[in-house]
Amino acid sequence: MKPSPFEYVRATSVADAVKALAAHGDRAKLLAGGQSLIPMMNFRMVAPEVLIDIGNIPGLDEITIGDGSVQIGAGARHNVVMASDVVRQHCPLLADAYSHVAHFTIRNRGTIGGNICHHDPASEVPLVLTLLGASLVLAGPKGNRTVPADTFFLGMMETAIAEDEMLVRIDVPFQPAGEGWSFHEMSVRKGDYAIVCAAVRLTVKDGAFHDVRVGFNGAGTETKRMAGVEQALEGKPATDATIAAAVKVAVDLSDPSDDVQADAAYKRDLLSALGRRALEQARARASN
Amino acid sequence: MKTSVSLKINGKSYQDDVEPRTLLSDFIRHHAGLKGTHVGCEHGVCGACTVMIDGKTARSCLAFAVQCQDHDITTVESLGTQEELSPLQQGFWEKHGLQCGYCTSGMLMLATELLEHNPTPTRDEIREAISGNLCRCTGYQTIIDSIARAVEIKAGTALEAAE
Repeated sequence: MKPSPFEYVRATSVADAVKALAAHGDRAKLLAGGQSLIPMMNFRMVAPEVLIDIGNIPGLDEITIGDGSVQIGAGARHNVVMASDVVRQHCPLLADAYSHVAHFTIRNRGTIGGNICHHDPASEVPLVLTLLGASLVLAGPKGNRTVPADTFFLGMMETAIAEDEMLVRIDVPFQPAGEGWSFHEMSVRKGDYAIVCAAVRLTVKDGAFHDVRVGFNGAGTETKRMAGVEQALEGKPATDATIAAAVKVAVDLSDPSDDVQADAAYKRDLLSALGRRALEQARARASN
Repeated sequence: MKTSVSLKINGKSYQDDVEPRTLLSDFIRHHAGLKGTHVGCEHGVCGACTVMIDGKTARSCLAFAVQCQDHDITTVESLGTQEELSPLQQGFWEKHGLQCGYCTSGMLMLATELLEHNPTPTRDEIREAISGNLCRCTGYQTIIDSIARAVEIKAGTALEAAE
């Protein structure tokens, strides 16, 4: 299908884009890589009257090292983030999760910022950024503000970003040395939307789990991180029995629904299997 | 409201007045008259319309022509001619890499990008590279054979050149 007519504005700077947003209000949408927005427009699920193209703003795609964090420009294309040495070295969980994000051609064009602002509930990057404690820098008419990923991602396709704001940068703290981490996903075909994904960060000290962060997509819960599962692991012996008990908590806390890809019972099986694999792999990667 | 768009496609400039909502795929076919790029699903699922933007594969139904102003577009027409097929086209010819031919131009563009990054891919790497594109004739095995054959043809040409 063809999209509805719209007026096209090409922004040349962040200030320019923010000004255009203020001028056009809720009639406008920002266009970055367009890999989520344009399909929705072609289906006429959305019909913005104005598109503000932020795909040509110089510097918006830079990846640099900040104070203990990797600073990723919102306009960085997925393939660039995934292949970045800085990201691979300091945020391996993010680089690893990226191997499940869409197909190569889509990653050539889609941007990390667009992915985050779109906030598809099946999307890997919002889950991983939540676990990594990332901060999102938003530019608005009154200047910049920083929102932690924990409070940025609201419901399905909803974020804390206001209509007159634009995401400009994602600051991802370095993963500490010795930390264990893992990301596992099941989709019908590799690169397709995830049915369930599981992400884990933890450390192992004196034979016990610490600093545990566990999250899922596809679990049917409001939040990505599962506090109950984290509590079932924190300070407990780093054994198979602890993992089995924690995974059972995850299944009990979950509330998945049937959809076109899988029924709820299968999703609960996946939560259990992927949760266990992710925890075991994170434990193996953690230095004692 | 129409706006003037000038796109560089395969090194040649094409100018026309189009609506901002004109998809790159429609500009390529209807305004530039290059019919090698095929339009399948128009929502980024099938990959038939794959072209390159600035040397990287992209689905031309997931970009507006106006967005591509000042960017280089490459289509399947850039690969070879009927008289002189490119190694990939020759590989598809020899190994029956197409049945109805609808997905072929997208597959050729994906394979072009793959061989630029990885001149000697394994069968699994080829499989992964084309995994995002659909062939509704389900001729995947012969498409993989065709790309593997192109690698051989390229290696043979390189050998001849060295001799």
